[in-house]
Amino acid sequence: MKKTGLLALSFVAITSVFGQGIPPSITGNIESNFQYLQEDSIIGANQPAEKGLLNSYMNLFYTQGNVKAGMRVESYLPRINGYPAVFDGTGIGMRYIGYANDFVDVTLGSFYEQFGSGLSLRAYEDRALGYDNMLDGVRLKITPMKGLEIKTVYGKQRYAFIEGQIQHSPGVVRGFDGELHLNEAFKLLSEKKLDITVGGSFVSKYQRDDNDALILPENVGCYGGRTKLRYGKWAFDAEYVIKEQDPSQDNDYIYNFGHALVTNLTYSQKGLGILLSAKSADNMSYRSDRTKQLQNVLINYLPSLNKTHTYNLVASLYPYATQPVGEIAYQAEVLYSFKKGSPIGGKYGTSINANYSSAYRPMRHTSGINPLDSTGVTYTSGIFDMSDSLYWRDINFNITKKFNKNFNMILSYFNITLNNDVATVTKVQGFIKSHIFVLETGHKFKNKSSMRTELQWLLINRKDGFPVDKGDWATLLIEYTINSNWFVSVMDQYNYVTFDSSILHEVDGKYHRAHHPYFTVGYIHEATRIMASYGRQRAGLFCVGGVCRPVPASNGLTISFTHSF
Amino acid sequence: MKCGKVFEIPTAKLKNKRTMKKLATLFFALTITVAAFSQEEEHKTDLKTLPSVTLKDMEGKTVNTSEMGFEGPVVISFWATWCSPCKRELNTIHDLYTDWQDETGVNLVAVSIDDQKTMSSVPVYVNGKGWEYLVLMDPNGDFKRAMGVNNVPHTFLINQQGEIVYSHNNYAPGDEEKLYEEIKKLTGK
Repeated sequence: MKKTGLLALSFVAITSVFGQGIPPSITGNIESNFQYLQEDSIIGANQPAEKGLLNSYMNLFYTQGNVKAGMRVESYLPRINGYPAVFDGTGIGMRYIGYANDFVDVTLGSFYEQFGSGLSLRAYEDRALGYDNMLDGVRLKITPMKGLEIKTVYGKQRYAFIEGQIQHSPGVVRGFDGELHLNEAFKLLSEKKLDITVGGSFVSKYQRDDNDALILPENVGCYGGRTKLRYGKWAFDAEYVIKEQDPSQDNDYIYNFGHALVTNLTYSQKGLGILLSAKSADNMSYRSDRTKQLQNVLINYLPSLNKTHTYNLVASLYPYATQPVGEIAYQAEVLYSFKKGSPIGGKYGTSINANYSSAYRPMRHTSGINPLDSTGVTYTSGIFDMSDSLYWRDINFNITKKFNKNFNMILSYFNITLNNDVATVTKVQGFIKSHIFVLETGHKFKNKSSMRTELQWLLINRKDGFPVDKGDWATLLIEYTINSNWFVSVMDQYNYVTFDSSILHEVDGKYHRAHHPYFTVGYIHEATRIMASYGRQRAGLFCVGGVCRPVPASNGLTISFTHSF
Repeated sequence: MKCGKVFEIPTAKLKNKRTMKKLATLFFALTITVAAFSQEEEHKTDLKTLPSVTLKDMEGKTVNTSEMGFEGPVVISFWATWCSPCKRELNTIHDLYTDWQDETGVNLVAVSIDDQKTMSSVPVYVNGKGWEYLVLMDPNGDFKRAMGVNNVPHTFLINQQGEIVYSHNNYAPGDEEKLYEEIKKLTGK
């Protein structure tokens, strides 16, 4: 309460003291999602006791000259279907004040930050996903010269938002990061073809040892270096970090060191792009509370090396999320655009895209190691030392062709193998293999309206002649845009082959295979968007950037409102 | 980490009374804040200027969003490699871009909100499609937050004075024509 009052006072103080003559700038945005849900036994959807659910938040950012301040009010009355239970009530979920000029940038209060590729530290939010691990404390950024940036952070992580109050994780996070772009910093190099950036970071967390059985390290460091090189059409980047002994719930309280290495090599020229990526990570879960698991209070970010899919059946049934205990992963991607006017390119161009990704379990050598000895080290592992135990593989292609000014088509194929024993997304044992075909078309009509369609077909592997998990699916989507303000869409997801008793419902002696019709109407006016949807949504996973949350089946009305200012 | 269960339920509970007090203070704080804001509003135009955020371009060069150094109008388009409507919008404008630049001197800045997972695909996509835009990387959403962007695609038009004059949070075929009309209004053509 005192804090809030103080915040308000500081706003007033800032505007009156610093606000002489310089006009302030206020930006922000608001989002509100309302759901009214019904009971639906066919798809197993339940009606919550409250019937109506509402998520809202609003950001307000204020800058005037060198001074800045901002806050976010969040409200969950209660949270929408499937949203994490750590979001509850109404209150201030983020607030900061700060000062920035060309040399320093200081923030007090809440902030989001990323060091390098995030392997050692990333404080991040994704409101759609319900992910928020911001830091509350102090951040100082210094730019002593062009091309050099130094950052320090000190704070406690947001763990939950309960009855409108931020709950912090018990651990304190401290970090230091420096990055130098040589070609910007040194005149001698500014005209050189070889472009070099180097960086390094050191992060440390402190959490009291409250365990009676073990002697736990209270301060755990995580440090590493990175580089980015560019030469003409080639680019290479790599980051390597080491984590000190960090016994935790995630790793069953072992005393091994952890490591992570991520590298990318790209070649690109007009009409052609190639990417090769590799990652090796072992024992790299790094949290400000060693007892937490899942998506809670992660200090670092371990990107999964695979494409983020958007088609419904590809994205939400069998997605993959990074295994923080360890994985060795590879990715290759090629995008090629045929020249306009060539036989394949046609008048308007054709492009093809191919992508391959896989992830394997790291090899863990245990010979000569006594896991019960006093060191607490239970195995040894090496960089890119992988076993043949597959976690995930995704092979996909797509062809995009524009036939004329008003008609284009995208044809895609996905072949996805998921080891459900490790990267568990459903209750099936072993591997789930799926083939997915998608045909997307876009039509533009003379009256400036347009239509987009998607036909999706998912075929799953058979076990003893029966399809595994939820079986085969087909999806049809038709989206009609009347003008730049209005659109309507209709979608049906049809689970046309299934033997899953939880999906195949017997009503009046007849088995029903569930259709999932879903209607949407939307209105967009500049930076305001209002959307209403009604229908069935199947249970699935909602993922952003390799972080997923399960969304249970639902049937009902959803109204969403977003506005930016 | 398993996907099936992402968050734990916290055990900490607070008393209702405290929350109510907090809420009352919150409203109080907001009132004061708004009052303070509106006083300052009196002596300025209602157009917003671009917030200053330091980002890197695809070549790793530092770019301050409030000092990008373009002379004519600027279109800022937030996109991601995993966002199909964003790619449709930017590919459509790509076909028209030479004409747009010749006629109005407009420049387009494509701000990628791809995070570390998909960021390395950005140059692959941009060059593979032959885009000639200035592409900025916003992997932790700093500029996205500062611009109040809820979801992508979100396109802004900035006038020659660096003020935001138009924005549209969606893309449907034909929206580029509306955007171009707004650009032409700025250049008086």
